[in-house]
Amino acid sequence: MRRRVLIAIVLLLAASPASAGGRLRLATTTSTENSGLLGAILPPFEKETGLKVDVISVGTGAALKIGENGDADLVLVHAPALEEAFVESGFGVNRRSVMYNDFIIVGPKSDPAGVRGKEDAAAALAAIAGKPAGFVSRGDNSGTHNKEQELWRDSGVDLVEVKKLLSPAGKEREIEYRAPEGGWYLSIGQGMSAALLMADEKEAYCLADRGTWLAMKEKLDLEVLVEGDGRLFNPYGVIAVNPERYPGINYRGAMALIAWLTSVEGQKMIGEFKIGGEPLFIPAAGK
Amino acid sequence: MDFVIEGMIGAFRLLVGFDPELLRIVSVSLTVSLTALFFAALAGVPLGLGLALGSFPGKRLAVTVLNTLMGLPTVVVGLLGYSFLSRRGLLGPWRLLYTPYAMMIGQFVLALPIVAALSLAAVSGVSRRAGRAALALGASPRQKNRMILSEARFAVLAAVVAGFGRIFAEIGVSTMLGGNIQGFTRNIPTAIAFETAKGEFALGLALGLVLLAVALGVNLILQFWQGRTR
Repeated sequence: MRRRVLIAIVLLLAASPASAGGRLRLATTTSTENSGLLGAILPPFEKETGLKVDVISVGTGAALKIGENGDADLVLVHAPALEEAFVESGFGVNRRSVMYNDFIIVGPKSDPAGVRGKEDAAAALAAIAGKPAGFVSRGDNSGTHNKEQELWRDSGVDLVEVKKLLSPAGKEREIEYRAPEGGWYLSIGQGMSAALLMADEKEAYCLADRGTWLAMKEKLDLEVLVEGDGRLFNPYGVIAVNPERYPGINYRGAMALIAWLTSVEGQKMIGEFKIGGEPLFIPAAGK
Repeated sequence: MDFVIEGMIGAFRLLVGFDPELLRIVSVSLTVSLTALFFAALAGVPLGLGLALGSFPGKRLAVTVLNTLMGLPTVVVGLLGYSFLSRRGLLGPWRLLYTPYAMMIGQFVLALPIVAALSLAAVSGVSRRAGRAALALGASPRQKNRMILSEARFAVLAAVVAGFGRIFAEIGVSTMLGGNIQGFTRNIPTAIAFETAKGEFALGLALGLVLLAVALGVNLILQFWQGRTR
């Protein structure tokens, strides 16, 4: 009797659709998963190909590391420089642009620093610097904070060296970065929502990712003042893990997903994915 | 265990080297909490004494309310403070939210009931029998009250110290009304909470040690003073 049940279970497992079509491991960033994008665009792909996509959503750096170790079949990330290094070191092949979203500079409607419509994001920050309205910084070493530091570097504003001794999990390391100084620069060490709320209260400026902004803008008196600068773009690329390095991986499945993401149909679905009536990602295949 | 030891070493290095960021955080904490405590004592001690010595209708209700307020959750005070001080709130035009002043107001509200209720208890403790004895020995009511205050002074001081303990280490009001702004409203508790999450373990430990040291210092001073005058 017991043996018969066992056989039945084995047969059932063997007949399940997942094992019939095979599985595909996609390492990606939290933004694609948390925004609901993957949940919206992957099911049609799975239905068409019979493949089951396992999404591992972590930070960009960690996603690439998973790819390097051969623990994923492909990666979908946003860090062009790291992606190039990933391909050049022989870990990945066939990098394709998929889409981009962007960062924006928001501020009070009265815009006391006069940055509305500026095309140069760094020049806009230079105009905000030192003004009494102020600028709220995440100050938490996040991707958005890194982008902000990059823009300050380009702005020509006087920056001071900040040295910090970090000891995450005991391993001491000193990090250095350059940040503006003054009572107008508010570094709060908190997340995007907290930063936007404080900017709203203080009628100050803030660099935000568009997704969080769209989710919160109903509660805020702020306005998008600067957008569209190339430096504010946040491009996403998809890369298959090199099958010569890791023969066991599902390379054909990875290429099928890459082809589908960059196809007319896949790109259309990405462009049509909206939160509150506004698109979150702009398709960019072939660019 | 290694990382705790390494964190400790890092913490001592920050403390011994008078790390400027550490000093700023400690100074924000002390300035905010001592100012709040000063005003809480200024209002709370007379309030407690008045409640203990006076007699008026509704006294028992007032005492019950005061005792209830002692347990006020810090986040509730933070939330109420936020709704009043927000730009859209009643006191919005003053633009106080996310400043040290907002933190002082919140901590004042937290400390006041403790200081008042414990002062009340301190005075009630000596008042009954000693008061009657003083009157029997021919003291005027005014002299009687002065005698009671002088008898209760250490307990009243302890009430103020308890108020300090309540606000110096609290995080709800400091986060919600201060906002953890570096060099401006970042105090010891918010720094420990938010910086440790970013891996600044040594800074968190160093600040924890400062927190303990201040608590110890306050109690030592109190004990010393009590021993000398008694």
